[in-house]
Amino acid sequence: MDFFIQLFSDPVGFWNSHTLLIAQIGINSIIATSMFVVLYSGQLSLAAPGFMAIGAYTSVLMDLYWHTPLWLNITAGVLLAGVIGVLVGLPVLRLRGVFLAIATIGFIEALRLGVILNVPITGQGLGLKNVDADPLGGIYIVLAAAAVVIFVVWRLTKGRLGSAWSAIRQDEIAALSQGIHVARYKMIAFVLSAVVAGLAGALEAHLNFFVDPGDAQYGVTRAVQILTFAVLGGSGYVLGPVVGALIITLLPWIFQSVGMYINIISGIFLIAVIVFRPQGIVGRGGLAIVRPAWWPRARVRAASTG
Amino acid sequence: MGQQILNAIFIGSIYALFAVGYTLVFGVLDILNLAHSAVFMLGAAVTYTLVVNHGQSFWVACVVGIVVSGLMGLVIEHVCLRPLRRRQAPPIAALISTIGLALIIVAAIEQGQTGSLFAWLWVDGPNSVAFPVNTIPNPTWYFDGLTLEASKVAIIPISIALMLLLGYVMRYTQVGRGLRAVAENPRAARLMGLDVDRMISLTLIISSALGGLAGILFGLALGDISPYIGRDNVEVRGLAVIVLGGMGSIPGAVIGGYLLGLIEVLALVLIGSNARGGVAFAALFLMLILRPQGLFGTRLRERI
Repeated sequence: MDFFIQLFSDPVGFWNSHTLLIAQIGINSIIATSMFVVLYSGQLSLAAPGFMAIGAYTSVLMDLYWHTPLWLNITAGVLLAGVIGVLVGLPVLRLRGVFLAIATIGFIEALRLGVILNVPITGQGLGLKNVDADPLGGIYIVLAAAAVVIFVVWRLTKGRLGSAWSAIRQDEIAALSQGIHVARYKMIAFVLSAVVAGLAGALEAHLNFFVDPGDAQYGVTRAVQILTFAVLGGSGYVLGPVVGALIITLLPWIFQSVGMYINIISGIFLIAVIVFRPQGIVGRGGLAIVRPAWWPRARVRAASTG
Repeated sequence: MGQQILNAIFIGSIYALFAVGYTLVFGVLDILNLAHSAVFMLGAAVTYTLVVNHGQSFWVACVVGIVVSGLMGLVIEHVCLRPLRRRQAPPIAALISTIGLALIIVAAIEQGQTGSLFAWLWVDGPNSVAFPVNTIPNPTWYFDGLTLEASKVAIIPISIALMLLLGYVMRYTQVGRGLRAVAENPRAARLMGLDVDRMISLTLIISSALGGLAGILFGLALGDISPYIGRDNVEVRGLAVIVLGGMGSIPGAVIGGYLLGLIEVLALVLIGSNARGGVAFAALFLMLILRPQGLFGTRLRERI
């Protein structure tokens, strides 16, 4: 509770004492937006952590070996993520649904366990020390980047591109029969998502003094967490995944008082939200309340019997 | 090398047993049950606690562990899946609700320490433990340079027998016909007078009991029981197994399990221990690109 009291009574003190948390919310909002782009075009891709790893390692390695300026590192990380996005997207986008999800899991784990842990330049399992990280100054870049990314993606969903994605999501065959170039629009969404994830990864690496190749960072655990942002928040609107990221990042603070049972409460919260709001928190409609089997049936009115 | 191939068969049997339950639920419901790896861990944890902390014999503990896992399947159905089915939620919602349940199960075991709320379930917190040496008679034979431990060798006939039994039930009995009918088309099955909800509950009970048993065998043979064995060892590998064999295909999951065990051991021997996981996932990725229906899948049902 202290958390919210401080948020409203002393915003400046709150900002100063929770900088890292706010920066993490910014990063998670960017990744959630990356997830939104693929989900909005009807693709269940979990590749985001892989592209984050590419962005993070590229920018940190360029800084360590060539001492290039920050903007150049981030741009290089983002571009490389985009190029790899095209290369991975070409074969993978023929798959749909759960198959696409599993193929992208294969990609991120092959990248993490097969490449990052085996190539000497990445520091392998020991991770990479990033001496030029700037946790306090980086937060402004992160928040600005989050705002720009969310705005751009929101504009895109309102335009031609967004209509095409929406049509593909709702019915791919119908979209095809309307003359929409389905493969091209799916590719655009996949690469845009890769680019945004690469940006998130590069920015996150700039905030931390250490790039950790662990499962919780660039592995399946992270992928599942990002999917949770998007599904919990609602993947029909740009703000849905951002709200999901906000809530899930704040969960440990919201349920601070339960102490060690935090994960149990978080699990119950997740199930409750998804059961009563299957479409996500942001979206049309109220709570999905269905009469339980043991609850007495409501009396049927005469007019509705026909 | 001979020993390594033998190890591949042991671990492959466990992968297969785990993946059979995974693929059964996918075949019937078209849903990935991400709580399956938590049930795997729960089976091992319950059995360990009964043997070590409550002084039961191993066989009693084993049966209780399997029953608890099966009941957990019922919990998955009633808490995570049925409410979503009744609300016509998109299939992706079931991913999140099963993740939520997995989070709860793992957290309950993780927090089980003396004096905590879950002390009756688990007392070792996040630590890794192993069954005491004399839990079951474990004669060891040495044959032609190979070491054969009874606890590991026994896994092979147990898993093969169970998988054959499951195959028989699915193919030749009334229950199996019902399950296949629900898998084919739930609405038509309901119109033919099948109790679809009951069939789905049954699927989850069978699947989770097999998953729990796989966990017990894993804990026994590898001497490693912790809240994270499901997440670290079988969660993603289980996906790889069912993809290699073909999603929803039971024989496919069996062959896929042994295949993954073999791929991992070959990568370990030929390339090195670091490459083990990477090679398995690269195989998964290639399989999906080249032959998405898997080795034994005949058709692709694409949803979401």
